[in-house]
Amino acid sequence: MTAHSTNTAKPATGIPALLKSAFVNALIALVLFSLMIGIRTEAGSDGQLTYWTRFGELASLVAAVFGGSIVIDLLRQWIGPTGTEKLIPPAVQTGMSFVGRYLAPALLIFTLLVPVIFYDQRYILDLAILVLTYVMLGWGLNVVVGLAGLLDLGYVAFYAVGAYSYALLATNFGWSFWVCLPLAGILAAFWGVLLGFPVLRLRGDYLAIVTLAFGEIIRLVIINWQELTGGPNGVSSIPRPSFFGIPLDNSDNGLAAKLGIEYSPTHRIVFLFYLILALALLTNWVTIRLRRLPIGRAWEALREDEVACRALGINTTTTKLTAFATGAMFGGFAGAFFATRQGFISPESFTFQESALVLAIVVLGGMGSQLGVALAALSMIGGFELFRSLETYRMLVFGMAMVLIMIWRPRGLIGHRAPTVYLTKAQAISSDLVKEGHG
Amino acid sequence: MSGDTILSVDRLTMRFGGIVAVQDMSLAAERKKITALIGPNGAGKTTVFNCITGFYKPSGGTIRLTHDGGRVIALERLNDFRIAKQAKVARTFQNIRLFPGMTALENLMVAQHNALMRASGFTFLGLVGAPVYRDAEKHAIGLATDWLKRINLLDRADDAAGNLAYGDQRRLEIARAMCTEPALLCLDEPAAGLNARESAALSELLLSIRNDGTSILLIEHDMSVVMEISDHIVVMDHGVKIAEGSPREVRDDPKVIAAYLGTDEDEAVAVMESGS
Repeated sequence: MTAHSTNTAKPATGIPALLKSAFVNALIALVLFSLMIGIRTEAGSDGQLTYWTRFGELASLVAAVFGGSIVIDLLRQWIGPTGTEKLIPPAVQTGMSFVGRYLAPALLIFTLLVPVIFYDQRYILDLAILVLTYVMLGWGLNVVVGLAGLLDLGYVAFYAVGAYSYALLATNFGWSFWVCLPLAGILAAFWGVLLGFPVLRLRGDYLAIVTLAFGEIIRLVIINWQELTGGPNGVSSIPRPSFFGIPLDNSDNGLAAKLGIEYSPTHRIVFLFYLILALALLTNWVTIRLRRLPIGRAWEALREDEVACRALGINTTTTKLTAFATGAMFGGFAGAFFATRQGFISPESFTFQESALVLAIVVLGGMGSQLGVALAALSMIGGFELFRSLETYRMLVFGMAMVLIMIWRPRGLIGHRAPTVYLTKAQAISSDLVKEGHG
Repeated sequence: MSGDTILSVDRLTMRFGGIVAVQDMSLAAERKKITALIGPNGAGKTTVFNCITGFYKPSGGTIRLTHDGGRVIALERLNDFRIAKQAKVARTFQNIRLFPGMTALENLMVAQHNALMRASGFTFLGLVGAPVYRDAEKHAIGLATDWLKRINLLDRADDAAGNLAYGDQRRLEIARAMCTEPALLCLDEPAAGLNARESAALSELLLSIRNDGTSILLIEHDMSVVMEISDHIVVMDHGVKIAEGSPREVRDDPKVIAAYLGTDEDEAVAVMESGS
């Protein structure tokens, strides 16, 4: 009796239930696909609408759903409920924590060696620079979204401000990259504060919408303010970065000539690689430092409970503004780098899709986790390239991969939170406890 | 009462639209004493609390806080975080509001935000690792450790606050409020949900906080706690003060009994007389 009653809480098992759920799923598939797959329409030779039925394809799809549903149900009964931890046996988990400890240093060493290993492969170097740019953007946005819990959908605006700051200062006044870089960061931070002020009272969805709008406003201003920004034509012939004043070109006073080695265009690529690596590591270092400072703890406390923060005498206004400004500043640095790398920028590079991509990297990586964001950037940007051969199916594969990750690791690749201070032993805090913030 | 008053609320009124939650409420809390605010559910206790701690802006009346040195602060003019920061009024919440994803120690560190912020030169000195900040952080960890010891949670210091038992969370929230080094500690039902043993430990903790020189304003339903530790009790019902005095006076006040039993005063007197 007792054995039976404990079982009642579980979902019904057994073949009839299995078949029933598979049948329901197949029915849904039939309704969904009957028009999408079952009937094909096309413009005929005279422009009239012709259609024909494809019942064979429809039947095979519905059958696939029926079979797949049974397989998934069986797997589910086999493995147990899906969860963050339960799916992975403890032995693998300890192994993973071992790998996790050495993953970051190993990745860093590998990254440092990338230009040495792949010196001849321009494509890989370019890809590595792209990945590192997104790692930096992800780390920057992580301050706003991951630490402070403010959902920012317009991060690309600061990227654009940084890029245009450098491009315009360099082309109009001839200022060098190293002077413009901090300026680009400061200007982006300034715009971050400007955005921050009106949206301070907004939370959650409303904040996301306003930041989204801000991103679009910046882009539209860039398109329409033709005298300053060149409008849709963009800014071209942006100066390349110099090695602290020494140009990296084929001239007599270029770096190659001064070192007495043969000039190669790869020098500049390698230099750009180390430049973005240094910028990204700076972002990482500052973020890690900030987390252990009162301001960083206040950001995280704000994400956890804003009302409690106010009761403890924390000025939530300035705390939010500093988060916006810090994140924006890193975005501005990345933008300046982007401008100098491309040599040409136009509003097309700063669409909402960029914001969404960077946000996806942060969410996928595990909000607040530095290593997670780096891994997510690598897999997102690298994955895009990896699946390039699949052409039109690329987005399909990508979407499926995202869905799987969100099922298995709903709080991102690295969902644990590391404490910022400890008495005896730093214990990772389970993602179940950590709040996501309400904007 | 006129002697050393830390908090005096005078004719406080709070309206939400047409509803008057608190009407012409006056109360005073003495320095280094425990003042309890009691009353049936919906009497307006938490509203008074929220006015004092700046979460509501009162519709009328004044709230004055007098610091040790004689500095008087008009709390009704300060808003949200400034009451905790400048007036040194700390509070806890009826439903616990810890930072669940941060460790117990981190919770106590966040409470020392303003002091640490100054020491870190508003982040810039801290970022470069200045010794000034390192000393301040060490001191802050020391203070947090002392409080963890006092609330008996030292061995759980590195556990997430959300993983602590309910009673431990209650005590941690009080410790967190105390880490702001307040002049007045406002506790909103600290004994709610605690068992008899935990309530007794809480009473002890509150008495020790009072003996160390912090004034306490307390909302509580648990009469064993209120009667045991309060120096002065104010009773509210339907947004007005109906009685005040020492625990003994309040306990025997027919108006108070009537409010709690939900009957007329005459009936309450009859109940009391038949009982005694």
